[in-house]
Amino acid sequence: MAHISKEDVEHVAHLARLSVSDEDLEKLTEELDAIIGFAEQLDELDTTDVEPTSHVLDIHNVLREDTIQPSLDREEALKNAPDQKDGQVKVPSVLE
Amino acid sequence: MNFETIIGLEVHAELKTNTKIFCNCSTEFGAPPNTHTCPVCLGHPGVLPVLNEQAVNYAMKAALALNCDIAAETKFDRKNYFYPDNPKAYQISQFDQPIGENGWIDIETEENGPKRIGITRIHMEEDAGKLTHDEDGGHSLVDFNRVGTPLIEIVSEPDITTPEEGYAYLEKLKAILQYTDVSDCKMEEGSLRCDANISIRPAGQEEFGTKTELKNLNSFTNVQKGLAFEEERQEKELLAGGEVLQETRRWDDAKKETILMRIKEGSDDYRYFPEPDLVTYYIDENWKSRIGALIPELPDARKKRYIEDFGLSEYDASVLVQSKAIADFFQETVDAGADSKLTANWLMGEVSGYLNNNDMDIEETALTPQSLAKLIELIEKGTISSKIAKQVFADVMEQGGDPEQIVKDKGLMQISDEGELKQVVDGILDNNPQSIEDYKNGKDKALGFLVGQVMKETKGKANPQMVNSLILEGMEQR
Repeated sequence: MAHISKEDVEHVAHLARLSVSDEDLEKLTEELDAIIGFAEQLDELDTTDVEPTSHVLDIHNVLREDTIQPSLDREEALKNAPDQKDGQVKVPSVLE
Repeated sequence: MNFETIIGLEVHAELKTNTKIFCNCSTEFGAPPNTHTCPVCLGHPGVLPVLNEQAVNYAMKAALALNCDIAAETKFDRKNYFYPDNPKAYQISQFDQPIGENGWIDIETEENGPKRIGITRIHMEEDAGKLTHDEDGGHSLVDFNRVGTPLIEIVSEPDITTPEEGYAYLEKLKAILQYTDVSDCKMEEGSLRCDANISIRPAGQEEFGTKTELKNLNSFTNVQKGLAFEEERQEKELLAGGEVLQETRRWDDAKKETILMRIKEGSDDYRYFPEPDLVTYYIDENWKSRIGALIPELPDARKKRYIEDFGLSEYDASVLVQSKAIADFFQETVDAGADSKLTANWLMGEVSGYLNNNDMDIEETALTPQSLAKLIELIEKGTISSKIAKQVFADVMEQGGDPEQIVKDKGLMQISDEGELKQVVDGILDNNPQSIEDYKNGKDKALGFLVGQVMKETKGKANPQMVNSLILEGMEQR
């Protein structure tokens, strides 16, 4: 049974800012559908009495103190920036 | 046709923690760009965010002060979107288990009187970086210092029905956040920001009209102006047979109008899901009451007390409590022995005038409650005239110091010695026979002229009441 349509893949590709060729679109639709089908095996399990969880470990209330620690040097921080100017990351114009 | 307006406000307030919400970088404002970052806030792969306890405490304190129910169980979620101010391509926020829900704020406006405005929710999230436009025109520059600064977002119920109510809601909200000391609330530094949603519908209609979203509202006055403009624009549109489109509009303060930014097609798809790098937080009664005990007297309670204990008018009390700094200053000046009514007048008059003109906060001036109390005492005792007091005030405001000493050093004591004043008055009368004549012929203005001459001669130090009566007496005798 198909779960994923071509439109779904186009939508997700757009959200991820990926451009996908028509050919790849067909292939990805099939593959994603198969992946969802694989994960759906979990539906066989009866989870009626199992509480939903958002974390795999049974730990909670992990907190830290509000104390300043040294930050990265600016040169270090900007090492991965594709372009920079005056200590800032330079990106294509965003005008709002 | 009559229309009803429905306004919802979303306020973001930066919490005044020392460090960011999920890492130990400083949140200091105004540091050189990109000097407060680390792998966690820059969103490098494999890093682990750890929640700042103080951020939770501040968020809870604000939520309690805004009468919210505190979640027994709260968690964080990822809100996914691409934008250059957000290096992770998602913001850690709270989706379905915000820390606070179902709160309210009491407001009062001239047009609608007292009213309770509901607060839907308060949630914690991280701030984004700051974008500025490069002078070359084709690029934007990103400073990530602000990324990860803890924020609370406070969402109102659609209970606000006029732009004036919107303004009152924001004033009260800001006051409460400042009293609870969880945020600086400086709009000019971006530590308090507001977005507004507004729609109108024919009176009596159940269904909401299409709403527009307003951005770039950089002051409370502009929120009110933007909403008023938008209310009228939507009404004109509907009356002309058109329709309101779901769009985002920007307030242009120079043109005094809202300008279309973009039309929203469908709803945004943020694909929220639970943040797997953070755990669930349980807030028990113990934690809640520990934070609740830290909430100080809030503006409404203080206003009531100022009216009851100091006999202030409703209006004076509400103006004074609007800013915690001013309210505290008032209290300390009165505690230093000054008359409460005179203190209120000075704070609302000269002091706030000075602060507005110089765009300063009271803590930034050299004025202290003790020096203001002394100044008021000098006026009350008649040592200085109120005109001279303003001169001394300017000195104290800028250089500080003891007003009594300044008065002594500069020889500004009011002249209340009758013999001394009579001599000056006689001299002025001798030199101005025409004014005496004019006054006797019914020109009251001549008296003012003569008083002015005496004040000029004494460099403003003469006791004005005495001068007045001495001139009248002197003229009788001539």
